[in-house]
Amino acid sequence: MLQFLFRRLLLAVPVLFGIIFLVFALARLLPGDPCIAALGERATEAICAAFNERYGLNEPIPVQFLAYLGQLASGDLGNSIRQGRPVAEILLERLPVTLELTFFALLFATIVGVTLGRLSAMRRNSPLDVFTMFIANLGVSIPVFVLGLLFAYVFAVGLRGTPFALPPSGLLSAGVPHQHLALAWGLGEVEGFAGSALTFLSNMTILSSLISAQWEPFIDGIRHIILPAVALGTIPMAIIARMTRSSMLDVLGLDYIRTARAKGAPERVVRSRHAFRNALLPVVTVVGLSLGALLSGAVLTESIFLLPGVGRTLFEAITGRDYIVVQALTLVTAVGYVVINLIVDISYAYLDPRIRLR
Amino acid sequence: MTATELTPSLRQQEAAAAASSPLKDTLRSILRQRSAVIGLAILAVLLLTAVFADLIAPYGPAETLFNVEGAQRLSAPCIHALGCPETQPQFLMGLDQNNRDLFSRVVHGSRVSLQVGVVTVSFAIVVGTLIGAVAGYVGGWTDNVLMRMMDVLLAFPALVLAIFLVTAFDTLEVPFLENPLFRAMLAIGIVAIPVYARVMRSSVLSIRERDFVTASRAMGESGAGILLRRILPNALTPLVVQGTLGIATAILEVAALSFLGIGAQEPTPEWGSMIGAVRNQVFSAPHLILFPGGALALSVLAFNLLGDGIRDAMDPRLNR
Repeated sequence: MLQFLFRRLLLAVPVLFGIIFLVFALARLLPGDPCIAALGERATEAICAAFNERYGLNEPIPVQFLAYLGQLASGDLGNSIRQGRPVAEILLERLPVTLELTFFALLFATIVGVTLGRLSAMRRNSPLDVFTMFIANLGVSIPVFVLGLLFAYVFAVGLRGTPFALPPSGLLSAGVPHQHLALAWGLGEVEGFAGSALTFLSNMTILSSLISAQWEPFIDGIRHIILPAVALGTIPMAIIARMTRSSMLDVLGLDYIRTARAKGAPERVVRSRHAFRNALLPVVTVVGLSLGALLSGAVLTESIFLLPGVGRTLFEAITGRDYIVVQALTLVTAVGYVVINLIVDISYAYLDPRIRLR
Repeated sequence: MTATELTPSLRQQEAAAAASSPLKDTLRSILRQRSAVIGLAILAVLLLTAVFADLIAPYGPAETLFNVEGAQRLSAPCIHALGCPETQPQFLMGLDQNNRDLFSRVVHGSRVSLQVGVVTVSFAIVVGTLIGAVAGYVGGWTDNVLMRMMDVLLAFPALVLAIFLVTAFDTLEVPFLENPLFRAMLAIGIVAIPVYARVMRSSVLSIRERDFVTASRAMGESGAGILLRRILPNALTPLVVQGTLGIATAILEVAALSFLGIGAQEPTPEWGSMIGAVRNQVFSAPHLILFPGGALALSVLAFNLLGDGIRDAMDPRLNR
């Protein structure tokens, strides 16, 4: 296992370097002069020269790349040209929103997907199975932005005045108080890393309201997250449902299931304990792989539901030519994705020892 | 069973055996898959719509109808057969924000999306198979470097990388890339390359050591000849499956870029950009999102079903 772990980690290193290089190279290609983009009307030649000097933009590209690597090694992601503050600060504010959205989307996708897939497999070829697989096929085919906009219409306009109405945008309704964790827990000013960590957690609206017992923002936050999470989670949900079904059918056809039945285990136990658990293995991989789709979808979902997350910030930074932010956010997303896949691979090898030998 | 009952069935079997060829067998097993048949049927409708778009659409896709009496901006669908008063002009899907007939635009959109899907995936398949074939056939360092490059591309969430690429292409002064839709297609094509490279590489690796390849090598066939004439034909099935599913993804992703405003531009009747242009009017004119969105979902569904069907037909393990 240790050897597998080591080999897998070693394989990730060149990929990480490749990511850093590609992001750096592409960011240099981004159109528009960052000086003019940042300063607008005030950008005279003299000011731009000073600006380029300050951000190291007139050094040769290889020097800039080395400087960039050094910066990254010390954990510095640079300063936003547009907003004039560290990217790390922006991440502290926006990443929690995306994490929370992705978490709820994945929660929806896994619970609904696994349940549907399991029901489908147990009643194979029944009307329920046909219907579920129809929903699954449709689910992977509807674009996130179409589903999101239609949800917004149905739940905010169509169902207005009914108990099922849901808010179509934002994290919380206007006027709903939500306190920073330091304040809610009565800690006063918290400095340094602990302070940043508290701010990070506080920006996860739902989680922070839950752990500090602020029930009003908690319920309001849940109501706001339902539509974007379901819109974002529908494609993975459909994929997970199909995967669970086919994996369950594969397992139900194996010899040990027949053995279990032959020794008189009740059908319910055979299905849930013998078959279902083993059928979940491939599903774990699919859940992990769905994260890429979720992060892609987050760009669309966040811009439809006006959520201040990483996806929307990334898109705004690209159109605003704030390439330090673009570079940093793309990098963080890609690195996060590699790390998650690494974790999925390792947990898979842990669950299924045969994989380590390959 | 009597003899009279048996004879015709035997005859049929004989006839079937005589008529069977690998291609016919393949087609027959594909047509036995329900999902493939449904997918093909939807696809046929889409293709016909695209080919005869000029005949089906009552107006031009970019035609503003200010001179048509009773035509009002953003108005909901008016279908005479469904009880819309005859005094009003008929618009099957209503009018859009610029007073254009939405039905005509959606119909013409099928041309754009089908072309976008096929062209984008063809590009990705050609480049991807080339990379995968070279990596698998040459092996060693070449293989390592090429596949690590593919890993890097795969490490990005598809849409994030595509948005990034489209914006970067903005500076390139290539005449072909002046059209933002082409930029979006190229970006999505590049993002899709690793999938085909991986599929091709693993096919090459599994076929490379087979006896018939060794035989043709012994007969003095060149490396390129072996790749093209011996290995590629045998690696086609997974490529076809992946390619069909890939068209669905490409249509979705190009539409997403257009929705964000960095793909097809006005007045191109592209479904994604049509939705993006009216996203803030969703509460007052939901039909402007429903119809192009439905068309988009339908075409993606068609390619997904067809791809699944071909895969199931080709996979002997599933024939139980």
